[in-house]
Amino acid sequence: MIDSLLVPLLKIAVLLNAVLVTVTFLVLMERKVIAWAQSRLGPMRVGPHGILQALADPIKLILKEDITPARADRWVFTLAPIMSLVPALVVFSVIPFGFDPLFYISDINVGLLFIVAVTSIGVYGIILGGWASNSKYPLLASLRASAQLISYEIAVTITLVSMVLTSGTLNLLGIVEAQRDAGVWFGFVQPVALMLVFIGGLAETNRMPFDLPEAETELTGGFHTEYSGMRFSLFFLAEYANIIVISAVVAIMFFGGWMAPFPNVSAFSFFQIIPGWIWLVWKMFLVLYVFIWLRATLPRYRYDQLMNLGWKTLIPIALVNLVVTGIVKVVF
Amino acid sequence: MLEITPLHYTLLSASLFMVGVIGVLVRRNIIIIFMSIELILNAVNINLVALAHQFGNLSGQVFAVFIIAVAAAEAAVGLGILLAFYRNKESVNIDEMTIMRW
Amino acid sequence: MLEPLVFYTLAVLIVALGILVITARSAVHSVLFLVGDFLLIAALYVTLNAEFLAVIQIMVYAGGIVVLYLFVVMLVSLKHAPELHADSRRLGVIGMVLALVVLVELVAIAYVSSTRSAGATVTRAVQSFPVGVQGGNTEELGWVLYTDYLIPFELVSMLLLVAMVGAIVLAKRSL
Repeated sequence: MIDSLLVPLLKIAVLLNAVLVTVTFLVLMERKVIAWAQSRLGPMRVGPHGILQALADPIKLILKEDITPARADRWVFTLAPIMSLVPALVVFSVIPFGFDPLFYISDINVGLLFIVAVTSIGVYGIILGGWASNSKYPLLASLRASAQLISYEIAVTITLVSMVLTSGTLNLLGIVEAQRDAGVWFGFVQPVALMLVFIGGLAETNRMPFDLPEAETELTGGFHTEYSGMRFSLFFLAEYANIIVISAVVAIMFFGGWMAPFPNVSAFSFFQIIPGWIWLVWKMFLVLYVFIWLRATLPRYRYDQLMNLGWKTLIPIALVNLVVTGIVKVVF
Repeated sequence: MLEITPLHYTLLSASLFMVGVIGVLVRRNIIIIFMSIELILNAVNINLVALAHQFGNLSGQVFAVFIIAVAAAEAAVGLGILLAFYRNKESVNIDEMTIMRW
Repeated sequence: MLEPLVFYTLAVLIVALGILVITARSAVHSVLFLVGDFLLIAALYVTLNAEFLAVIQIMVYAGGIVVLYLFVVMLVSLKHAPELHADSRRLGVIGMVLALVVLVELVAIAYVSSTRSAGATVTRAVQSFPVGVQGGNTEELGWVLYTDYLIPFELVSMLLLVAMVGAIVLAKRSL
């Protein structure tokens, strides 16, 4: 009884630590990559080549003064960043890193649906953050951000249904098993679905080119304008944790998860020496690098262009993809 | 008392139902009334799912899925009506929604 | 030992949050208590082996319908002060009495039916899915939904389409 309680707690502690440390280094990685894309060097002062900047940023945020706006609803003001961070971290409990039970916290039969459901709870943090600030610009920005989020959620959910048709199960372990049995990664079988989930993931996490609600030049910084210090750091953590979740889901569903490439070709058998979870982490960082690369390269979408793209372009493509997947599954 | 029978779930469902009914009858803010109706629907869902678990018959869960779908449709249309009304009368107090009365 | 503990904790919290929903002064607080209520009801479904229904409850109810309510509450309270809206509870006493009558009736029905022998009249309905279904709750529910209950399924999808069009027409400023 103690054993069945202690081991999951230990796994949760390790995973939470890993995620939060990754988030701080992700912030640094983003600044460095964007700097290199713009022919400059990025943070270089703190530590060798700026590595300790990842430590300096959280310390700065923790030591800042905690300001609450006048006549703001104090309970909701404190609750909003919590409601943004908790769903982003809860999703990690169903993301597996290997076939062995040591590598996942829980294996539920509706894993993919659980991820979609819990990330749709994250909308509350954004709406409440803007509303509780008792100020016009954050309220408008939060309404825009939440409208954007729920619009792109539809396209992503329809695409995930077509992925479920392809793999035959909602279980995340089952999806990787299906890729192993089919011998081919689903990114090559369903490239349209990969593009849709990638673009939808960009829009759902408010990243470039869809980051209109939180850009500093628009609406004075969006729904987290009035937040400072520890509360802002929770919003920040939530956004980057969401990005890591999306990249983990893309890596598991489309890039074979923790399997090495070419498992049957004997020339590449040295790939098997590297353990599975390192392959998954490497693939996740590849997707994260593409996220950051897009931020450094593309201009921002205007709000009406963004909504047009979500409703009039992505949803029809997702529906057509679903129908074609269904036909192919029945015929072949 | 220590073993959970479907009677426990039915009593929980009845108490949640009563809370919803009190909300509908007592409050005057129409949005709170809509939310109390959602509480009533959820109470019924709890009852259905508990009895489906007891008898091993999945019809209870199917019925619950349909109730969730119909509640979504009803919430959308009800809030559309509310917005149309609010645009004309500027109030969400149900005592003032008397336009169609004699 | 664990199961009654989980059930009683969830039951007390569900009813307490329900009471907070109908007695909160600010509409936004009511909406937040409703979200908490729905999440706890989803946890209750998980203990009843209905995990697909639990996830659907979170996705549709807590993540969709209540977001809609939150939007409307915020749009409505943009013009007026958020807390006020004088809630005249002059029919409060009659409402409580009627609700208590409903509760007494329901409890009476529940007790009478639980003391009667339950196995006699309820038979297990014929299910048309094959016996060796392994996928858990989701796959069983999918089989039943697409074979026994196909016509209600199609009707509900038509209903959702009509509701979508209706909501857009009602809430648009100019058509």
